[in-house]
Amino acid sequence: MPTLNRTVRVMARSLLIGVVTLLFLTPFYVMLRNSLMDTRGITSPDWQWWPSSMHFDNFTSLFSDPSLHMADGLRNSLTVALISAPVSTLLASAAGYAFARIPVPGRGLLLALVVATLMIPGSATFVPTFVVVGSLGGVNTLWGIIVPGLFNPFAVLLFRNFYLRFPKELEEAGRLDGLGWFGLYRRVALPSSASMLASLGALAFIDSWNSFLWPLVIGQDPGSWTAQITLSSFLTAQTINLPGLFAGAVVTIAPLVVMFLVAQRYIVEGIATSGLKG
Amino acid sequence: METEPQAAPLPGTTRSATPSRTAAPGVPRSRRTDWRAIGVFALMTAPILIGIGIFKYVAIGWSFLLSFSKADRSISLGHWVGFANYSQLLGDPDFRKSITQIVLFTLFIVPVTFAASLGLALMVHRIRRGRALFRTTFLIPAAVSYVAGSLVWKMCLFSSLPGGLANTVGGWFGASPTPWLQQVSPPVYWVVIVTLRLWLQVGFFMILLLAGLQGIPKEIYEAAELDGATGWRKLRRITLPLLRNTSVAVLMLLFIAAFQAFDEFYNLFTGGGAATSGAATAVKPPLVYLYDKALGDQNYGLGSAGSFVVTGLIVLVTLLQGRLTGFGKSEE
Repeated sequence: MPTLNRTVRVMARSLLIGVVTLLFLTPFYVMLRNSLMDTRGITSPDWQWWPSSMHFDNFTSLFSDPSLHMADGLRNSLTVALISAPVSTLLASAAGYAFARIPVPGRGLLLALVVATLMIPGSATFVPTFVVVGSLGGVNTLWGIIVPGLFNPFAVLLFRNFYLRFPKELEEAGRLDGLGWFGLYRRVALPSSASMLASLGALAFIDSWNSFLWPLVIGQDPGSWTAQITLSSFLTAQTINLPGLFAGAVVTIAPLVVMFLVAQRYIVEGIATSGLKG
Repeated sequence: METEPQAAPLPGTTRSATPSRTAAPGVPRSRRTDWRAIGVFALMTAPILIGIGIFKYVAIGWSFLLSFSKADRSISLGHWVGFANYSQLLGDPDFRKSITQIVLFTLFIVPVTFAASLGLALMVHRIRRGRALFRTTFLIPAAVSYVAGSLVWKMCLFSSLPGGLANTVGGWFGASPTPWLQQVSPPVYWVVIVTLRLWLQVGFFMILLLAGLQGIPKEIYEAAELDGATGWRKLRRITLPLLRNTSVAVLMLLFIAAFQAFDEFYNLFTGGGAATSGAATAVKPPLVYLYDKALGDQNYGLGSAGSFVVTGLIVLVTLLQGRLTGFGKSEE
């Protein structure tokens, strides 16, 4: 009897895994299906598993009509993410190294001031940040979207802890070669933190690409919209172009899905590192 | 470190005759200020310190003062009104309702997301062949933005049309089409909100918990099996206790994310046919309320006050949770 019992359990578990997998993939399938259909097909009460005729023009018309701001949005998103991810990660790494290694009076106090801001929830304080960025003239500019997100106290803390565990022997060798503190960071510590930089950089890229509230607050003029704001404007428009809506979703998701498939190792590592803080 | 110049042996009697103006030899090494180290330290930390100084400390300080000023369509200080903004805010039934709603939402979504992430992590952890493939499948939704997710949920999965997926599946079982997002009673729109958030978040937290699971030594399970422990007992007596630190971190992250919910509420309930319905006005979490006040009405005094009330609540709960669970004690 135990063997039968076991077989049933294994089968039940496989079935559960199968059902959950299907549920997770359904939204992607639906999105792709609808992006290749016409409005009639999408709204039809008779469910079609796959479009009878493919409407690839849904994608081309996204870019041929400049009033949709899809190309602008993608370009802005790419600019913002390509600047924020490396810059915020490098700034955190440099500061993390200094906090971990360079003995300077008052270092503990400064670190405490940085770490204290971890308590401040990012989104809920969009009003204070808007007051400052607005007074500096950052409304409707890309720098207004980028700059406030460049200073990540959590990444500073993660890098500091990483460099604290970094073997001192490597740096001793560099010191004998006459390197100063910055040289040690540039030539010894930084090259050894490539995987940490890639992990946190990948996470920063994802966060930047998908962020919505802050670009919405700052980008009031369509010229400074990111892809997410463009997509949201499709959803809140007076008349809704259903196929365009889904094609837009596919286009804004595609870069990150590709990145998840290519750089998954770093993303998984990044998530695990940022959670191990506890 | 630079090499020290050769220090001439100073006889004790001549010490008073040579007042040290510079960092002269003879001054104990530990008390000498290393200006070069300070310079490098300053350069390497300056961007972060200045950035955090401006965008956190100055921003919050300024906004704090604004919350005590009448700042309608302006961000200049000076027109002090005491607690007027706070009393207007707390006196507004819409704001109080938004707080009640977000508290209920948080109380529901946090445990549900945690349980789902843990279930998924345990499931993936047991898979022997093709684990990476399943892990990728469950993680991929984390690549999707709340905007794109809302769009798919609103316009297809839970579309009010008979052609929406939920209504199609319902139709197979003879149910009539449901206006998922428009109907106020019963509030089926919560199904839409909860499933969307689960789909978007579960993969990320599954990865965190998987990392925790992988940190539990196999020997403990083997020893427990020798003692005759079964699946459920092993989960309760070994896995959950040893996953405590990760779980506390996950719960805290989930709480902070849920309390600041904005994206999906904004995108599900603004425009696109939902605006005219009752549900659009029925569901408005605090951040959407603040967005309307600060960006719509441009009342920055009231907006600042609201920011502080919401931030205060989050900080309070986080501190309380940290106290109760001893979170962060292992740090430093």
